Amino acid sequence: MSTLSTLPTAQPGTDRILRRRRIRRTWGRPWLYLPLAGALLLMIAPFLWMLSGSFKPEADIRRVPPVLIPTAPTTANYGELFSTLDFTSMFANSVIVALAVTAGNLIFCSMLGYALAKLEFRGQRAVFLLVMGTLMIPGLVTFVPLYVLVSNMQLTGSMLGLILPFLAGPFGVFLMRQFISTLPDELIDAARVDGCRELAIFAKIILPLTKPALATLGIITFLGSWNNFLWPLVVAQNESQYTLPVGLALASSGQSFTRFGILLAGAVVVLLPVMIVFLLFQRQFVAGIATTGLK
Amino acid sequence: MTSMSTETLPGWGDTDKQSTAGPQRSAGRRRSPRRGMARGRQARAAWILAAPFLALFAAFMLLPLVWSLLMSLTDTSSADLRTPLNVSFIGFDNYVRLFQDDQFFTALRNTAVFVLVALPLTLAAGLAAAVALNSGIQRFRAVFRVGFYLPVITSIVAVAVVWKTLLEPRAGLVNLVLGWFGIDGPAWLADTRFALPVMIVMAVWRNLGTVMIIMLAGLQSVPQSLMEAAELDGAGPWQRFWRVTFPLLRPALLLTAVTTGIGYLQFFDEPFVMTDGGPLDSTLSATLYAYKQFGNGNYEMASAASYVIFVLIVALTVLQFRVLRDKD
Repeated sequence: MSTLSTLPTAQPGTDRILRRRRIRRTWGRPWLYLPLAGALLLMIAPFLWMLSGSFKPEADIRRVPPVLIPTAPTTANYGELFSTLDFTSMFANSVIVALAVTAGNLIFCSMLGYALAKLEFRGQRAVFLLVMGTLMIPGLVTFVPLYVLVSNMQLTGSMLGLILPFLAGPFGVFLMRQFISTLPDELIDAARVDGCRELAIFAKIILPLTKPALATLGIITFLGSWNNFLWPLVVAQNESQYTLPVGLALASSGQSFTRFGILLAGAVVVLLPVMIVFLLFQRQFVAGIATTGLK
Repeated sequence: MTSMSTETLPGWGDTDKQSTAGPQRSAGRRRSPRRGMARGRQARAAWILAAPFLALFAAFMLLPLVWSLLMSLTDTSSADLRTPLNVSFIGFDNYVRLFQDDQFFTALRNTAVFVLVALPLTLAAGLAAAVALNSGIQRFRAVFRVGFYLPVITSIVAVAVVWKTLLEPRAGLVNLVLGWFGIDGPAWLADTRFALPVMIVMAVWRNLGTVMIIMLAGLQSVPQSLMEAAELDGAGPWQRFWRVTFPLLRPALLLTAVTTGIGYLQFFDEPFVMTDGGPLDSTLSATLYAYKQFGNGNYEMASAASYVIFVLIVALTVLQFRVLRDKD
């Protein structure tokens, strides 16, 4: 397995362990690469298929047996996607909704998170338990009344109806409270002694320190909103409000629309921004997900 | 947790002059020198900070929650929903009707099969991937991590489109690959025997990345020196895993089991976008049943069904805490 020359020593057993350790530091366990690479291929096969399919001409899509690589790659699917479906406006809607929902959660959750983590007030425990208690409730429980409520507020025909119900989620409070709890109290005490006002302490001292948690919450909220589809599907009343997943879902469920090449191109367009966000903030994202549950 | 402020009467607050020096924080809670005025200022600031969240939370979470419960106890079919106070209460009749409905039992059974098979598989696959990555891979680790996590961040609608084409009986990749091995693949999503198993595989594929990420974080906290000591003491890899690693991973495992379980009991996306519960209700899930009732205008039945699911979620969560919690 390894071709490292080793010095003869008195203890062959220990020697072998030490040599193994040297390889391990640079490579790990070489024999694991093959099965893991196989698993990786299985995991990303659907994505490769999607990418390949989005560049296939219609003749290739219908071919039996299918081809893995387009015979004559074409970008026609992408062109048609943006001309037949109003994909540009859907894209813009997705961005607007995701940004608004993310901004709302960052502001409101960090405010309440700080109050729960560092301030003493009557009813604190009750507020905390109430908010955390809703983490276990299935979305569908509130779905029906929420729909009635939003239509009573005459919001079903506007973007506000897609944004308002998601501006303040319990998960964000949990995450921000967890993080702010770990900041030292001395910071706050010192600021109080200096005569700093309570709200200024939060805005000027605590908030800048919560950047890692805000980044994590921001990414998670953005991804969640970007991929959210059931609510917009039910609430959106006309095509000018559709978000990307809604457009894609309606296009793929239509009996007449079996142009799979175009749908696969749509899937690529839905995935791309998310992938870019993930790759850019990968490190923070992974760290954030990991710390929420393990502290 | 410090007790709430009932014991501080005006003028008495200054008596416990505890020094705040020294790290005596428990879970990040403060024990400041208590002065009535300072506490009042803190409380006012706290409520100002909490108000915007709580207002939205009350309107879009608590109100619908109570409303939904009331709705499940009424006969909404005869009432105008826009005036929710103008309804007649019929007690638990909706729940009785629910449990007389064979279709609801089919939905519950499908959900149970899904959870019982997909949950252990997801946890095992995610754990295996994390352990293999953590101990076996030094180079290219990020590539593996991204690849395994990619399905998690992909919109279910995009996933559904791709899997539909993958599973096409004649023009799809899956049956093409099976054909290489001389296997004649079925019409996956149109076959009552295969539609639900396909969704189980999809769910494992979509969610093992989450389990893997959290487990990886847990594995990072296992001290390397401990593993090396165990190795020099002659513990084999199997023993090292079960005696050293696994006990330290317990909290992370509990967390992922609970959150994944909550998600899986609400099994909805795949059947909704791919089969609409078919063929012959073989992929009808409990939440999809509720959603269909909502679509048919039976709001009271939809609410009752979703409350049954909620009770099941609480039960499963309590059970998991019992089973997986530290024994000491």
